[in-house]
Amino acid sequence: MIKIDIENLLKNIENFKAGDRLELTGTIYTARDQAHKRISKLVELKKELPFDLKNAVVYYCGPCPKSPDRIIGSCGPTTSSRMDVFTPLMLDRGVKILIGKGNRSAEVYKSIKKNKAIYLAATGGAGALISKKVKKAELIAFEDLGPEAVYKLYVENFPLIVVIDCFGNNVFERN
Amino acid sequence: MRLIDKSEIIFKVESLCADINFNLSEDVLCAVNKNIKNDGSLSDVVLSDIAENAKTAREEKIALCQDTGTVNLFVKYGRDIVLSDKSDIYSLLNEGVKNGYSKFFLRKSIVADPFERANTGTNVPANIYMDFVDGDKIEITMLAKGGGSENASALKMLTPASGWEGVKEFVINAVKEKGANACPPLIIGVGVGGDFASVGLTAKKALLRDIGSHNKDAKYDLRENELLCEINKLGIGPMGLGGKCTALAVFIEPKPCHIASLPAAVNIQCHSQRKKTIII
Repeated sequence: MIKIDIENLLKNIENFKAGDRLELTGTIYTARDQAHKRISKLVELKKELPFDLKNAVVYYCGPCPKSPDRIIGSCGPTTSSRMDVFTPLMLDRGVKILIGKGNRSAEVYKSIKKNKAIYLAATGGAGALISKKVKKAELIAFEDLGPEAVYKLYVENFPLIVVIDCFGNNVFERN
Repeated sequence: MRLIDKSEIIFKVESLCADINFNLSEDVLCAVNKNIKNDGSLSDVVLSDIAENAKTAREEKIALCQDTGTVNLFVKYGRDIVLSDKSDIYSLLNEGVKNGYSKFFLRKSIVADPFERANTGTNVPANIYMDFVDGDKIEITMLAKGGGSENASALKMLTPASGWEGVKEFVINAVKEKGANACPPLIIGVGVGGDFASVGLTAKKALLRDIGSHNKDAKYDLRENELLCEINKLGIGPMGLGGKCTALAVFIEPKPCHIASLPAAVNIQCHSQRKKTIII
């Protein structure tokens, strides 16, 4: 288990192999089905995006609403494969780190390799536990989508497993 | 006849929303703990996270999973009941769900139209399945079902000749194809028989059994064990990261069916099973 911030993970991305565990610190952005659809549309129309995709970390997550005494509600990962159709475009535009759960399509594997990106998994169904790792949360776009809105999160020591490394190796075949 | 005040039903359904979303079913927690081998594997990492998550959720009253699901209500409604103000039971149940999901900061995951996809903002309508029974009580079983595991579920109209082997193959293939995305370790509900419309509900109702309980029919009990063993040989493991713990239980529910048909449905439940029964 390695504790690392996003900047250092990006610098040393080749050192992280499928099956490695890490605890990530830094700023990440939530986006799931409808947010991906809208971001893709904005890219197509060459309009301003809700966040800079260059070197960005995208977390497939639709959190629970927060109670007044909390930073965020339960916020575990959702199934990544639903975002597969949008992912090559996101990676081509500069996204480097993907966080979700489950396997990805062949196109996503290719794109991860091509763009030297990395795909990490959080434990699905551990949303209460993960919410304790979020230190700041701010809704930055698509408020009308409710739980599918884009949140900017600052996470500290977010526990993750490398599922697909930047060489396209995956944890599933390792087993 | 027994008069039940409508506010009692609304309030109890409201509280049930919080109860199931903050407290993992005891049978699931027990089964998860049993599979932790302390061998440093990724399987152990995930199972330990699940157990720790259950503790955090319970103690701090945070939803176990951010996908607080579609609410399914299985109701046994006594015929000797009168509701105050001539209330409609379906409206009261939906009102309770709406209030509960708002009051306890649970996620609203229902969109009004499958193509427009605008969120109803209330997490209703709930799926309500009503059975009328003798007596003056209302038994309500709530099952909040996440989208990821529901998406891994499947239905197939088999031929009678394919028999148990055909059903077995169908269930195993469903788990093989999509089980890794459904947050394993899984609980697997299998409905067999009935018809196209009913078999899915049969599979869903099968999920309501407690882990460790036996099928009352010995033949089906054997089939459940056979399927569970086969599924746990697939190597999918917790969160699909490999290992022997892919499913915690398989429950099979048979129903009478047409001479030409063998409908089968598999309803997949993630490890975050949120279910509880109350009696009013």
